[in-house]
Amino acid sequence: MNARWRKAAYHLVVAGLAFLMIYPVLWLVMSSFKPSPLIFVTAHSLIPNPWIWDNYVEGWKGIGGRPFYEFIRNSAVLVVLSTIGAVLSSAVVAFGFARLSFFGRSFWFTIMMLTMMLPHDVVMVPQYVLFAELGWLNSFKPIVVPQYFGVPFFIFLIMQFIRTIPTELDEAATIDGCGKFRLFARVIAPLIAPAMASAAIFSFYWRWEDLIGPVLYLNKPALYTVSIALKLFLDAESVSNWGAMFAMSVVSLVPVLVVFFAFQRYIVEGISMTGLKG
Amino acid sequence: MSGNMRWRRLRRTLAEQAVGYAFVSPFIVGFLAFTLIPVAVSFYLSWTEYDVFSPPRWIGADNYEKMFTDDPKYWKSVYVTFSYVAASVPLRLAFALFVAMLLNTSTRAIGVYRTVYYLPSIIGGSVAVSIMWRNLFGDDGVVNKALQALGLEPVRWFGDPTAALWMLILLSVWQFGSSMLIFLAGLKNIPSIYYEAAQVDGAGPVQRFVRITLPLLSPIVLFNLIMQTIAAFMTFVPAYIITKGEGSPLDGTLLYSLYLFRQAFVFSHMGYASAMAWVMLVVVGALTALLFVTSRYWVHYEAKGGGRA
Repeated sequence: MNARWRKAAYHLVVAGLAFLMIYPVLWLVMSSFKPSPLIFVTAHSLIPNPWIWDNYVEGWKGIGGRPFYEFIRNSAVLVVLSTIGAVLSSAVVAFGFARLSFFGRSFWFTIMMLTMMLPHDVVMVPQYVLFAELGWLNSFKPIVVPQYFGVPFFIFLIMQFIRTIPTELDEAATIDGCGKFRLFARVIAPLIAPAMASAAIFSFYWRWEDLIGPVLYLNKPALYTVSIALKLFLDAESVSNWGAMFAMSVVSLVPVLVVFFAFQRYIVEGISMTGLKG
Repeated sequence: MSGNMRWRRLRRTLAEQAVGYAFVSPFIVGFLAFTLIPVAVSFYLSWTEYDVFSPPRWIGADNYEKMFTDDPKYWKSVYVTFSYVAASVPLRLAFALFVAMLLNTSTRAIGVYRTVYYLPSIIGGSVAVSIMWRNLFGDDGVVNKALQALGLEPVRWFGDPTAALWMLILLSVWQFGSSMLIFLAGLKNIPSIYYEAAQVDGAGPVQRFVRITLPLLSPIVLFNLIMQTIAAFMTFVPAYIITKGEGSPLDGTLLYSLYLFRQAFVFSHMGYASAMAWVMLVVVGALTALLFVTSRYWVHYEAKGGGRA
């Protein structure tokens, strides 16, 4: 009997805390279905009364003369181009570090781990100058191109995964006359697909939510991403309505949440495997 | 004869080197182009006056001198940033460890709980969440409504610099999920036999936590502490969105990254911003080194690698 009470108390505490954690998000979602003037008057209540869709209709019309789906399209293009580059290049580099022996390997590996700890602010200004010199401002290039040179966090994640694959496999393939390139493409690459999936998911999150890249490099309304659009909604807060801003905030979170619930396993494994923050 | 063999072996080694470098070359090229050279350029720019439109002009140590002796806003942002880091990182890690220990049981519902607790970390960096946070803490937002329901005074979160900074700290603590997952994985690796033995010897829950859990988790704690501290120093989006890019009120949320961004891209003081970046690099590097050095006294490494049979 005592044990059952303790179990009930445990669930009460943990579930209560969980509800508190999730409450802000619930509040955002529910508020997006309330008429703007009522959002703060009825802030204490989660249930919209009346329940309306107008905020979504209003928000979908967009801001700054651009419909909202254009921002989504821009973000999607950025995400897809960046993620393909980041995952493929990181897998190639990870294989090199994990399985090939060459002079200076541990030196470059140390460098890679150090760059993971480098504050981004230090390279922000000179990178901006570099991309301005190259004439890349107001294009996706400054955000996409660097992803094709391996992302240290992903390299490390995939390396950790490759290390769990027995080296006997490599040896067998080599005896069968398989070169290193074929070994990677035919044997290792299919086996590390789960780690590449983890990397792809993190890449998706980072690019989708990225604000500073688009703020620095995308200063044409035709290139604005979802992050920028939301910031525009916020800047126009006094003249426009909160409802539309809340509704489009929810829209911006939908892909993130869908990916999260669909691929949770890969995220948890990615974090546990590297012991690093995602 | 042997000369021929040596030649063949040399060729094989060279081919091996070439293949190895071919695989890691994307990283090396990217590192040179997007990290090493920019870091060096940043160092050069920090001794110049530069606005992107005209070539940089060498001004010696003027930027550093102005920063340290003639810019109260700079010191304000340093103070705000250190307060933010000192409060948010320990709170976040403590909360992550607390929840990880709560969840380190074998209930079936753990999966659901873990998902819910982790969710804020996934969406936390987005503009949507910053907008949400801003509105939760409005004068008649949910937080004040809750305070009033508890019989407390509402807080003017946007009127008081300290309150505004706490709003950002709470947002950071709310995203404890990824640290929690790492701690949870670490807790699962502690053999339960340690706890059983301690219990037989009459150790209470506090003793078991202090003598077993903390020492065995300490390498993970160190690693998290370092990564989270660096990340906290670079916090930008919440301050930029929640205070609409100004660090208001009274510069109470003018985090270092935000001030650097404003110097570089609002006022076009690229040289000054580079000097700020270099000071940040040195400070963060020194702090990381300090954590590593002191870790000898508080991080416990098991004698045998892995610790699992």
